Amino acid sequence: MQYMLLIYMPEPAPGDGELAMPDMAPWFAYTDWLREKGIYKAGDPLAPSSATTTIRVRDGQRLTTDGPFAETKEVLGGYYVIETDDFDLALEAAARCPGALDGSMEVRPIVEM
Amino acid sequence: MTGPEAAAKSADAVRARVERTFRDESGRALATLIRLLGGDFDAAEEAVADAFVAALETWPRDGIPANPGAWITTTARNRALDRLRRARRHAEKLVEIERGLAADEMESIVRLGSESRLADDRLRLIFTCCHPALALDARVALTLRTLGGLTTPEIARAFLVPEATLAQRIVRAKKKIRDAGIPYRVPPDELLPERLDGVLAVLYLVFNEGYSATSGDALVRRELCAEAIRLTRLLVVLMPDAAEAHALLALLLLQDSRRDARTGPGGGIVLLEDQDRARWDAAEIAEGLALVEAAFRELPTGSLPGPYLLQAAIAACHARSASPAATPWGEIAALYGILEAVAPGPVVQLNRAVAVAMAEGPAAGLVLVEALNAEGALTDYRHFHATRADLLRRLGRRPAAAAAYERALSLAANEAERAFLVRRLAEVRAAG
Repeated sequence: MQYMLLIYMPEPAPGDGELAMPDMAPWFAYTDWLREKGIYKAGDPLAPSSATTTIRVRDGQRLTTDGPFAETKEVLGGYYVIETDDFDLALEAAARCPGALDGSMEVRPIVEM
Repeated sequence: MTGPEAAAKSADAVRARVERTFRDESGRALATLIRLLGGDFDAAEEAVADAFVAALETWPRDGIPANPGAWITTTARNRALDRLRRARRHAEKLVEIERGLAADEMESIVRLGSESRLADDRLRLIFTCCHPALALDARVALTLRTLGGLTTPEIARAFLVPEATLAQRIVRAKKKIRDAGIPYRVPPDELLPERLDGVLAVLYLVFNEGYSATSGDALVRRELCAEAIRLTRLLVVLMPDAAEAHALLALLLLQDSRRDARTGPGGGIVLLEDQDRARWDAAEIAEGLALVEAAFRELPTGSLPGPYLLQAAIAACHARSASPAATPWGEIAALYGILEAVAPGPVVQLNRAVAVAMAEGPAAGLVLVEALNAEGALTDYRHFHATRADLLRRLGRRPAAAAAYERALSLAANEAERAFLVRRLAEVRAAG
């Protein structure tokens, strides 16, 4: 079974400007752990929501808006895809993710088509 | 007795026996079927329901089988197999499950020698139903529905929710188990302590829902307590090394022993100090005390007792006291002190304050209560205001006591509690 781990992170406050590059070491270590466990499939960080554009098509009309579809305190900041038949291992993988420390992790099964 | 009368009477007897078998055995049969069917709760439930229908049909004619539980499980397994063969939908899955069923061969279930296999099935089911990835109310409903022989309407009545709501809760939980891939197994060792805590919390919640009687049908609530005790007993049998499971069983038995004494003739609350101790259940107390004593004997030197053992020890202090005056309040306050270290929380602090007030006087208790009041964590907790009011009353600070009683009254959850608080409020006002 494949699970997507969705990483919701607090957005930097608008006044913070360009933040220093976050410390990537824990993320690399985490990705290595997923690989060692043999469950890593994919994973990427996402650019901040200030770089996001939302598209809706209504009655054939394209509506384009700046920003994410909903204003929330925590935004989708990245994801991993893992493959395991052990749901508890999927939960452990989410708990070990550095994103769990200051954000929230969603564990969603990927529906096989 | 004429022929038809005798027949009707024996039909009633058989029906009663089927009902009892349902209470005692349905969880066991379901646990096994869920394993045999690869974690499919719905198919397992259908098969077990089929088996009970078959029992109602054939037992009056053929007599009650020697081992009704094994009969139900075997029949359910055969019905499941029939259904699968008829459906022939998921060919691949079918082959796999058929192989599993054949390998399992019912003899292993029918023979008493397979008791450990059955136990494994039920333990798996407990851990699946209490998985933390399910919402707490769903864990409770699913545990009662699948492991305890309570029907959906009974559980709905006990929790005061519409039957449709409860049914929906169970459907959603089963769907999540399937879609998220929640495993049907006893968790591996490294997860066991945390997950066992979760199971115990569900069982304690079921008991408290029945015991604290916020409102509702008394009979159904009694059943909830009995069910919680039964399931905890089962857990103790299945996990004999789980110390906190033994402790929870002790705690439930000791609390349950006071059930009859804690409500008066009109349904009003009778406080511990006013209870007729002759009405406490002596058998439950004896079993509970023995469990507590054994648990302390087996406690590894240098380790602190767990939270359930501490609460059971506190309940044991009350159970051993022949009269309210004989209660060892100093010991109880000390036990709450350890509990505060092991499982900190404002409610534990409040209970310690009560014990301190009893041991050292209301002024000493009030100091602790006012500290809690300043923290504000229990502003909406009715027992907090009732306790504070009681201490103020005993110190003769009547206007403050009246205000606290009023606050407690505004939060009271049921008539019995309300009546008690109204009485006290009138007392402090009259005396003032």
